[in-house]
Amino acid sequence: MSRLEIASPNRARIVMEGLYKDLERRIESSPPGLCPVDMSRAFLDLCHAQTCGKCVPCRIGLGQLSHFIEDVLNGKATMETLDIMEQTALSIMESADCAIGYEAANMVYKGLIGYRDDYIGHIQNNRCTCTYNQPVSCVSLCPAHVDIPGYIALVGEGRYQDAIRLIRKDNPFPTTCGFICEHPCEARCRRNMVDDSVNIRGLKRVAADFAGEVDPPACAPSTGKRVAVLGGGPGGLSAAYYLQLMGHQVTVYEMLPELGGMLRYGIPNYRLPKNRLDEDIRSILKTGVEVKHGLKIGQDITIQELREQYDAVLITIGASTDKKLGLEGEDAEGVLSAVQFLRNVGKHEIMDLTGKEVAVIGGGNVSMDAVRTAKRLGAKKVSIVYRRRMSDMTALRGEIDGAIAEGIELQTLKAPSSIAVDEKNHVKGIYVTPQMVSAIRDGRASIKPTGEEDIYIPCDVLIKAIGQNIETRHFEEAGIPVARGRIVTKRSGTFANMPGVFAGGDCASGPASVISAIAAAKVVAANIDEYLGYRHEISCDVKIPEPHLNDNSPCGRVNLTEREACERICDFEGVENCMTEKEAKQEASRCLRCDHFGYGIFKGGRETLW
Amino acid sequence: MVNLTIDGKQITVEENTTIMEAAAQNGIPIPKLCYLKGINEIAACRVCVVELEGKDRLITSCNNVAEEGMVIYTNSPKVRRNRRTTVELILSQHDSHCVSCGRSGNCSLQSVANDLNIIDIPFKMEIGKQAWDKQFPLIRDSSKCIKCMRCVQVCDKVQGLGIWDVEGTGIWTTVNVAGHKNISEADCSLCGQCITHCPVGALRERDDTEKVWEAIADKEKIVVVQVAPAVRAAWGEELGLKEEDASIGKILDALKRMGVDYAFDTTFSADLTIMEEGNEFLKRFTAGELKERPMFTSCCPGWVRFIKSQFPHMIGQLSTAKSPQQMFGAVMKTYFAEKIGVSPEQIFTVSVMPCVAKKGEREMELFYEEYAGHDIDVVITTRELVKMIRSAHISPDTLEDIESDRPMQQGSGAGVIFGVTGGVMEAALRTAYYLLKKENPPADAFKAVRSPAFQANDGVAEADFNIDDITVKTAVVSGLGNTRELLGKIERGEVHYDFVEVMACPGGCVGGGGQPIHDGEELAFERGRKLYRLDENAAIRFSHENQDILQMYEEFFEAPLSHKAHTLLHTEHKRQEDEV
Repeated sequence: MSRLEIASPNRARIVMEGLYKDLERRIESSPPGLCPVDMSRAFLDLCHAQTCGKCVPCRIGLGQLSHFIEDVLNGKATMETLDIMEQTALSIMESADCAIGYEAANMVYKGLIGYRDDYIGHIQNNRCTCTYNQPVSCVSLCPAHVDIPGYIALVGEGRYQDAIRLIRKDNPFPTTCGFICEHPCEARCRRNMVDDSVNIRGLKRVAADFAGEVDPPACAPSTGKRVAVLGGGPGGLSAAYYLQLMGHQVTVYEMLPELGGMLRYGIPNYRLPKNRLDEDIRSILKTGVEVKHGLKIGQDITIQELREQYDAVLITIGASTDKKLGLEGEDAEGVLSAVQFLRNVGKHEIMDLTGKEVAVIGGGNVSMDAVRTAKRLGAKKVSIVYRRRMSDMTALRGEIDGAIAEGIELQTLKAPSSIAVDEKNHVKGIYVTPQMVSAIRDGRASIKPTGEEDIYIPCDVLIKAIGQNIETRHFEEAGIPVARGRIVTKRSGTFANMPGVFAGGDCASGPASVISAIAAAKVVAANIDEYLGYRHEISCDVKIPEPHLNDNSPCGRVNLTEREACERICDFEGVENCMTEKEAKQEASRCLRCDHFGYGIFKGGRETLW
Repeated sequence: MVNLTIDGKQITVEENTTIMEAAAQNGIPIPKLCYLKGINEIAACRVCVVELEGKDRLITSCNNVAEEGMVIYTNSPKVRRNRRTTVELILSQHDSHCVSCGRSGNCSLQSVANDLNIIDIPFKMEIGKQAWDKQFPLIRDSSKCIKCMRCVQVCDKVQGLGIWDVEGTGIWTTVNVAGHKNISEADCSLCGQCITHCPVGALRERDDTEKVWEAIADKEKIVVVQVAPAVRAAWGEELGLKEEDASIGKILDALKRMGVDYAFDTTFSADLTIMEEGNEFLKRFTAGELKERPMFTSCCPGWVRFIKSQFPHMIGQLSTAKSPQQMFGAVMKTYFAEKIGVSPEQIFTVSVMPCVAKKGEREMELFYEEYAGHDIDVVITTRELVKMIRSAHISPDTLEDIESDRPMQQGSGAGVIFGVTGGVMEAALRTAYYLLKKENPPADAFKAVRSPAFQANDGVAEADFNIDDITVKTAVVSGLGNTRELLGKIERGEVHYDFVEVMACPGGCVGGGGQPIHDGEELAFERGRKLYRLDENAAIRFSHENQDILQMYEEFFEAPLSHKAHTLLHTEHKRQEDEV
């Protein structure tokens, strides 16, 4: 007998580890609308199975809680059952010896409070209040509800032009979104249950890259109605596109020299090459949109004048002013907002940063755009200064990784405290207060000062990327409700006191994604059409291929590769490489076609028009 | 064309043919449960699975398309094993007390299970039971529901009402009234299409046959029955009678043998309806009341319930004439009671209808001076009639053609076609022509409103008719989904008509929710043709030539639209919320 042995997992353990992973992925792709009481029961039974069995509250109590939930589901419970459940759950939370017990009870307790209505519905009517109504996760999670299974199938058959036509039914920026969409669609992809989500954005990029130029569909007969759209960003241009297709004449007012808004003046070329953005804009303009450049609303023309000249007015001015840090020295030379910094680059007003040190405050996508742009402008050292931890950053993981690969420094857990300025009123550095991570509040780890001394980070340029606001003054004066830096509309994009005026996109929602702006544009376009007395429908006659009948055996996800970091930081050319056609075909075949299999074929599998 | 092999047989089918259809075209029927062509192709029951060579997982044949080179097995050991397990699983949640089920012998689940020779079910029985209002004319028995979703789909896609929906998730998934409502709160039209499209006995009409037996047994009551036109087109199907043997006269004989006191044919009151409604139309038309929106027929109670809940602002366009069922009831309790010298309270009126909504119609609010409560005391469906004939152990081949009782004996061919889409319009136009020109048109002058096929042209037939210098623009529609579409067009001003006939069930009453059920078959069109043949051979073909009607006007009602006619034969349609 040896005194010690190296532990090696047995076969059952290895299989279980695999199953845990399967379960994790399964929960990740859980569709919305499931009965929360039934899910509580299922979770609780899983928790109970994790119990070691030593302590009474966990070993016996969790089982008793499960019986109560079963009674609720079977219509055998009364309102008193809820009281007993609550007491039992609290008791387990307070008396269990370890987290396996008290956290399990806490899950039940949270549900008892959080979806009490549903518990009551089961008890009083023996019916669940929830409805399973979003069968195709990707489509329902896409704010614009693009027909994702449809275009993936078309890409799989090499029908790239048809894929673009189908995407445009709901999103006139297929190329742009192929590059930079935040792809919320992938979050609950059912393919996760098999192996990994489908690379949906990557396949859209394939469609855009291989389709060549695709003309927009013909417009409906002219209605003679005229609509002014203020702001030529993704929201404004999308609304203009759909309104033109509906037969209305749209004029877009854009204060900057070129169209695209944040897509042109906010997102750097290396993420979205501007010649590719132009492809989308060209197709939109082909519908007959008129554009007036250089006019600033409030300064050169007023809302009131536009209301008189047009049948409807749509405000899509985006959110392009910066938020203030509220620190002294914020107005010093060399301190600028990320919006301003990126816009200058977009306008080809290139700032030479050769040999300079740059600090960027913030942990969002805009911050990543700013640091990587600074790097490309020759900066010697670029740092992100962020109050929390890297894992708390709101930027997409891929953007953070890209920045790190390009040699960006991360200064995390450092909260700006003051800006150091030289005698010429030029920034020379920033003091930051070291922070430590603290209690979780509202699901997010909060921070508190460690008590250590402030640290000085020298910099020649300080860029603030802590969020954007809108320029509200003129709109307020015109009587448009504004609150907390955004225009306040009804959910329909309308205003109670101003018939014929609509708003949507970042200026109404606060800074959000391109696809959210496009989604808002669909809503306002439909409502403007209705306001003008019509009910045009937007549809697409592309026939979607029948699904392939395959066994869906596990297969890895094709990820897009990037150019080498050392090479790409020397220019502003696109960073990401597209898939090959062979890869695209394989990736498209991974789609489980939830429009055809499962609930999708029964209900809500495909909206062919809106 | 696509070439494939099914069960070793090389076959060629057109592109986009499903595997199930491809097999059926070549004499290979694949078992199925949830599938309903064009309506429910959702691959839910998994009974129609087949094996595709080269693939591990089975595929459903109902909603997957035959592709070039496929090699399919519809009955391989793997398919049989899985199909059997699937049906056993369905049975573990199905109340299989077939002996007390109205669909026994006409149940798709029963056939599939019998065909698979299932004797034991190896699973734990888990039969759910949801509460239901047993007084409502439409009954759902959750313990028999197999969640095939056909009811949900028929109501959504064909009738456009969305009364049913899936509720709950996981093991708790079931079908229930949409929007967490109870059935009586929902906008159910009572068309009964969910019943006739249910593969099992989960949906049925409220059984009212016992009420009829009780009335027959009650010596104090004089049981007076009427039989609707569409019943004669379908009742023989379940009794194995041929078209020529399944006459109205034999239904009347059966009723008499059961012990009813008087038996009438509703075609009589259909003619009466035409007299009232035809005159009402001419009056409203010439008064210019129909310039904006048409007058709608009001004989279909499913349609009346529909307009009340879905288009309440258009209720004023309904004809005020009661339906033939209600008119006959009113006449039975007044004119007829007088004729036979009894008080109205002694008369017990029964109607045999192809319809579930008629059970709701009899409960309608009382207006004016009905004498003995409701016009009609009990409504039974065609299916319930057949059950009564069976329970009275009357051998169908012994039935004889007897005449309807007097003095409401005659019925015209125009009255007979009330049971088919377009029939009310055609009958009304025949009489309207006469009222305007004082001479009869050729009997088939208005054939243009007949439907050329089941659900042809989205259930709509339009025709303009010129009578001298007057042009009457008419439209006929059946199916409530189609009706919603048409009403939308009328509202938006895209179309204009003077007179519109609506029937809730696709194809009209012949396809009614109370008719015999043939799973997967739509028989409305065929049954409609039977009624047209009866009309063609009828002794009289114009409602205004019905001598018994003319006599009744002379003796009792004076004239169409008279005060007495108004109090007994017309009604006031109100919004549902205004009714108590």
